[in-house]
Amino acid sequence: MELVVFSLLNGVLYGLLLFMLSSGLTLIFSMMGVLNFAHASLFMLGAYLAYQIGRYTGFWPGLVLAPLIVGLLGAAIERWGLRTVHRFGHVAELLFTFGLALLIEEVVQLIWGRAPVPYTVPSSLDFAAFTLFGTTYPAYKVFMVLISIGMFGLLGLVLTKTRIGLIIQAALTHPDMVAALGHNVPRVFMLVFGVGSALAGLAGVIGGFALVTSPTMARTLGPIVFVVIVVGGLGSLTGAFVASLLIGIVQTFAVAIDFSLIDLLARFGVTVTRADTFYDLWRIKLAQLAPVLPYFMLVLMLIMRPRGLMGTRET
Amino acid sequence: MSEVALKTRAARTRAPVWLRAAVPWALAVLIILALPQLMTTSFGRTLLIEMGIAIVFAVAYNMLLGETGMLSFGHAIYFGLGGYAAVHVLRFIAAGLLLPVALLPLVGGLGGLVFGLLFGYLSTRRAGTAFAMITLGLMELVVALALIFDHLFGGEEGISGNRTSGPELFGITFGSQLHVYYLVAVWMLVSLALMRAFTRTPVGRLCNAVRDNPERVQFLGYDPSRIRLIAFAGSSFFAGVAGGLFAVNYELMAINSLGAERSALVLLMAYIGGIGSFLGPILGAVLVTFLQVALSDYTQAWLLYLGLFFVLVTLFAPNGLIGLVLMHGPIARAGLLHRLAAAYALALVPALLLAAGLIALVEINYRLAIRPELGPAMKLFGVAFDAKSATAWIVSFLLVGAGLLGLRAVAPRVAARWGETLEVARA
Repeated sequence: MELVVFSLLNGVLYGLLLFMLSSGLTLIFSMMGVLNFAHASLFMLGAYLAYQIGRYTGFWPGLVLAPLIVGLLGAAIERWGLRTVHRFGHVAELLFTFGLALLIEEVVQLIWGRAPVPYTVPSSLDFAAFTLFGTTYPAYKVFMVLISIGMFGLLGLVLTKTRIGLIIQAALTHPDMVAALGHNVPRVFMLVFGVGSALAGLAGVIGGFALVTSPTMARTLGPIVFVVIVVGGLGSLTGAFVASLLIGIVQTFAVAIDFSLIDLLARFGVTVTRADTFYDLWRIKLAQLAPVLPYFMLVLMLIMRPRGLMGTRET
Repeated sequence: MSEVALKTRAARTRAPVWLRAAVPWALAVLIILALPQLMTTSFGRTLLIEMGIAIVFAVAYNMLLGETGMLSFGHAIYFGLGGYAAVHVLRFIAAGLLLPVALLPLVGGLGGLVFGLLFGYLSTRRAGTAFAMITLGLMELVVALALIFDHLFGGEEGISGNRTSGPELFGITFGSQLHVYYLVAVWMLVSLALMRAFTRTPVGRLCNAVRDNPERVQFLGYDPSRIRLIAFAGSSFFAGVAGGLFAVNYELMAINSLGAERSALVLLMAYIGGIGSFLGPILGAVLVTFLQVALSDYTQAWLLYLGLFFVLVTLFAPNGLIGLVLMHGPIARAGLLHRLAAAYALALVPALLLAAGLIALVEINYRLAIRPELGPAMKLFGVAFDAKSATAWIVSFLLVGAGLLGLRAVAPRVAARWGETLEVARA
């Protein structure tokens, strides 16, 4: 029971973190048709900037400043990069952001070195929030959940209740009509790209101390985020949300379960020795498989429902 | 002279089609035969072998990206799995299997083909962005599984074999590097010829059609996803051939040969060279392999430079380097290239300033962040300076700024000059 509750809590937390990344990505994708390969790199940049700012001013200013800087950077990427590449087509856009991802990883190594930086939980959040089954739950995780839920609430309100939100929604489906009504659609695109990047940066700020802040974090998290949006269905925010939580919870549970086929066979009185041909297969622990599970889900989804959970577009 | 007369004269002076097609191939064979005599050092020949393998891989990759319009982020798994198949068969050969080592690339190709069909069946149902994401996920899956099955994949150390253990055929033992060179050369030429021929078949043409207008292909009664699968399988086969050649050359396959880095590298090779033409990926493979070997001796930051170069290519030269060269075709035929020389020379000055400034910034940062143990005293472009001094930073930034401003000022002039010359050439 204790295992189930804590795995569920951590899984939801991880899922929310994934959704912070995949929501920005989905928003940008459904609006501009561009899949920003550098999205996870912006997440990483957010973590590094928060670490750097935190060294001078403490954690809290970094929480605001780092996403702002990443958002401005994202807007600049859209303005001077993507807009130029746009006329060469979607493949060229994807390749451009792929190149950016390579570049950001190298630049991060250039500035902060190849080893992880000591970006740790700020002391103001480093206490136990509550105790369950005799085990304490750290406050920073509660903080992460609050931040991400607060962010989604705010985003939802802006998208549905404000004027600019309505324009964005309209530009998602009818960009030409919105432009004909006198709105500056390229600027709306730039804004969305900037806000999406800022979301990635914010996820980096709160994800940086929960994960390890190292130059490889973009490369490890990036593919999982892409799996999330394919499994959820490209361009569907709801799908991305469901897939984020699903993958977060499944992966967290798998990590917590230390069980292999050898154990299963032993229940039935079969013992497997090292000499067995398929020993490698039998001895795999479920926990070992945890990093592979998202990709298995991707393959399963492709076999059963190629357009994803809630996808509508058949590309 | 009338138009008809002009046409008949042109037809008379031109050689027959088959001869014109054969000339580049004959030239290529001659160059390939001559190169190892020109580059006699072991280093030089290693470089040539690596280039040959990279060429096969890059052209195979372009069957997907250039010909069929499918962007794969994980094509190294077919290269790597083909190589693993080859190295395992090499071990069987050492244990007594009667198979000439020279046929190992075929084993690699078949390995690539099997996995290409398997994963291709899953991924080619989608196209475009979704396809690209799926290839990325499949690559992560394969790499993670390969790390788990270390009996088969040997983990980080890899699986090794011995290429001299095979039955001897016509005195070819693969004990010498030159034997490996010729093996790579022969397989490269055969693969290139086959891949070139594939683009001329009806299926090859359909691949182009699927790239350009899949809906229309569907209206014509073909299944685009089936055609994508055929292109994918073919591309995986030749990627596997390259992997087999790699296995023979290094006698070792490790996990890193099927991971993200090699996948990214082949993408960079094909795109930098130019995906729109058959020669582009060849040029890209030669250039990137050379840079990889030459630059990694001088600087730790070669990947950064390569990434920067790639981003510049995506921004300003979507047809790659070969596209830039081909752009000058009409002007060169009119004999007007010299008219551009002055404009290009003018543009070169700020470009060099910018490059020098960027290189200085990168190298200073690398020294301070990655190699602090070497101390701040360093030398660049023959100038000795202190990496921690403010002057070094200010000078670098001034160079970058001057270069950027200069380029902005010069660019319209170069473009105008280019337009003028093209007009004259066409007239």
